[in-house]
Amino acid sequence: MGDYIITTNPQRCIACHACEIACKSEKKIPLEATLGKIVVLGPKMVNGKPKMTSLFVPCFHCEKAWCMDACPVEAIRRREKDGLVYIVESLCVGCKACIMACPWHVPQWNADAGKAVKCDLCMDRIDAGEEPVCVSVCPTNALQFGRPEAISSKTREAYGLGLLEKNLTAA
Amino acid sequence: MKKVVHTLCFMCSVRCPIDVTVENDQVVSIRGNAYVPAMNGGVCPKAAAAIAAVNDTQRVQSPLIRVGERGSGQWRRVSWTEALDYTANRCKDIFSKYGAKSSVYCERANLISDISKSFQKAIGSPNHFTHDTVCKGSINTACRSIIGYTDGQINTDWSNVKHAVLYGRNVFESVEVKAMNGFISALEKGCKLTYIDPRVTITAAKATDYKMIRPGGDLAFNYALIHTIIREKLYDAPYVERWFKGFDELCSFVDPYTPEWAEAECGLPAAEIVQLARELSKSKPSVVFHYGYRGSHHPTETYFRRSIMILNGLMGSIESKGGLFIKKGLKDAGYPAGLKAFSSQKFPEMPDKRRFDGCGQEKFPIADPAHGVGFMFPHAVLNEDPYPIKVVFAFRYDPLLSNPDYHTNLKALQKLDLIVASDVNFGGTTAMADVILPESHFLERSDPLQMGSGLKPAINRRIACIKPRFDTKPMWWIVKELAVRLGVGQYFSYETAEDIWNYQLADLDIKIEDFDRTGFVSLSDKAIWWDRNDGIKFKTPSGKIEVISELMESHQIPSLPSYENLDAQEDAFRLMCGRCVAHTNVMTQNNLYLNNLVPENRIWINEKRAKKLGIADNDLVEVSSPTGTGKIRVFVTDMIHPEAAFLLHGFGHQEVESKRSYQKGLPDNLFQERHYDKIGGSPALDHSWVTVRKI
Repeated sequence: MGDYIITTNPQRCIACHACEIACKSEKKIPLEATLGKIVVLGPKMVNGKPKMTSLFVPCFHCEKAWCMDACPVEAIRRREKDGLVYIVESLCVGCKACIMACPWHVPQWNADAGKAVKCDLCMDRIDAGEEPVCVSVCPTNALQFGRPEAISSKTREAYGLGLLEKNLTAA
Repeated sequence: MKKVVHTLCFMCSVRCPIDVTVENDQVVSIRGNAYVPAMNGGVCPKAAAAIAAVNDTQRVQSPLIRVGERGSGQWRRVSWTEALDYTANRCKDIFSKYGAKSSVYCERANLISDISKSFQKAIGSPNHFTHDTVCKGSINTACRSIIGYTDGQINTDWSNVKHAVLYGRNVFESVEVKAMNGFISALEKGCKLTYIDPRVTITAAKATDYKMIRPGGDLAFNYALIHTIIREKLYDAPYVERWFKGFDELCSFVDPYTPEWAEAECGLPAAEIVQLARELSKSKPSVVFHYGYRGSHHPTETYFRRSIMILNGLMGSIESKGGLFIKKGLKDAGYPAGLKAFSSQKFPEMPDKRRFDGCGQEKFPIADPAHGVGFMFPHAVLNEDPYPIKVVFAFRYDPLLSNPDYHTNLKALQKLDLIVASDVNFGGTTAMADVILPESHFLERSDPLQMGSGLKPAINRRIACIKPRFDTKPMWWIVKELAVRLGVGQYFSYETAEDIWNYQLADLDIKIEDFDRTGFVSLSDKAIWWDRNDGIKFKTPSGKIEVISELMESHQIPSLPSYENLDAQEDAFRLMCGRCVAHTNVMTQNNLYLNNLVPENRIWINEKRAKKLGIADNDLVEVSSPTGTGKIRVFVTDMIHPEAAFLLHGFGHQEVESKRSYQKGLPDNLFQERHYDKIGGSPALDHSWVTVRKI
């Protein structure tokens, strides 16, 4: 995912799909194309109890970008500064090679434009200091966007402080 | 040039504060108001789909007068002048024969309700009701009977709750963003959630304990909980001593309702009921039994909701941190007056004050006339009881799809001389109207200010973000234009939204500009709590929590009547209805994105029952009740109680103009019989039986 990751907190996710809808609506993506996809399992009964979990799957912006390698016209490119992989729409010839090449078929088909379209992690918003649409719209803060090291640090800090607080109170 | 407008959403009735980014008169994004931390910056999927809603070409695009049969989709596009003149002239003609009381104004309670009520008062009709009455008339009545406040005047301190008990209150699908965020954070901090519902929902999957109760068993369950709490002295004794009226009577009343007794009635093990009572007591007073929305709408609903409020009282939770609180308004925040209301003007005396529904009168003496009893609308029309009803103003409320028994509702609408509808979209009733006066979308209109009562009261403002996409108008303008034509324009002393705001703020030292920076005016920096030991201003006649209710007893309605067992039908299913995260009532099924997310409903039945009936998942089945029959796909699952069937509300739209939702799924009210709670007036939406047959 270039220099960034989006993490999912399934305890906070309510499977409302606001992430997908806002992406389609604000990025003007056709209804049928889903760039970042929230995958939900459940609710279902597991050992007599209802359970559910979820995982947000945007484009991974792979280091080995199959889509980029497959594109015959070099319409798919990588930003040097943060490794984000994006499609130059004007160059796309609509051959769908990227969709086929991607192991997860992440690039989507924009039937209105006759071109492939894929998640660029809202790089215009990132440049403006904002979070991607999917993350910023999430009503429960279930999605988190950032650099892996920052997220890791934040999570460990919160966990560690919680433990320390407990120890201190117990002592 | 981009600008951010702070306004109030209206994709559902919660009205979250939102930030709308606009560029070249187009909405480019919608987020939670950044000045309201509890919004977390986000919005629900409905608000995320609002841009598609405002730009939808399947909206009502101009005033229309019907030319074909009702519901045929044949319209004549007319000017506002023609539509308003037509409406007013038809009204004058009808009123001259039957009086203005022959008109009923129904609406989804909203920011212009004060103006709507003024309209009926001005023309001389006592008949106004809101959608609230259909969802929660009995909750309102139950709450008033016991604490003197309506359910709308209390709320939950979600972020500090330590144990919540929700009876079908599906907080994670029927979403209020601020409350939900606070509650999820509370759950992360270890708050317990006991969720009681015959059907598994997303809220059930998030619960620490889910109880699949027999449909309708909630009241018996609650009586056994109360029994246990009293028997084992698990209640907040000083609080009960200080605030309860009728505790001794309660003790004698619940004596026979043991957990073992309840087990037979509600299907949950007695030991679990006892264990829950003990668990709850450990977290008191930060305990909430939620009183509202969905779950167990039966003829005894007033008593069920009262039992919930009694439980809150026993745990000492009312006006306690992490419990329920009474919402505080302008006066509690030290202001001398409230927002000035149009409906408090002096109107001419009405010649006949009898309401169409008998609310606050003979039929429903203790139901709330501020909302009415919408359930009675088809009855009043069809039986001309208490007098002929000839005109309906269906303003953003849908009497066809939002009341039990579709065919009866249809017959009632057909009997009317004039159906005037105002809505953004074509709904069931709008499509049947004689004249449509289309309202502008909430992103296109400014509305009267909202009093946001709460722990930290505020006044909130909805302001137009963009120009209307089509030839539509704000409702306050439409109402005034009709009033002028009916000779009562003097009660609507405004030309613009700014005039309305200035009128509302007349008695306060608050200016319109004060709303510009954040979209609201905060009236208190800190949360206003009353002293729970001695300062709670219960509004009951005794100033206490009235288990024995003066309101009820003075109208010969017993406070604690004996429990009556549920009926059972072995070959049928008790039909329940409910909500999902994608849709608001019957209003959003045609939205581009929300339709795509949940396009139609299926009937849920239990896998064991299905097997016996030879029904497999996704089969087409025929569902029947005494009120209707229809074909629908089935969802066979272990996530529903064997005695129950379930339908998502809001589907089965027959209006040809709404092309995406047209004839998708079935309306739940096709099968709902006209059962109701005779005290609070709520329809017993979950009380009907249906049979399911493989085709």
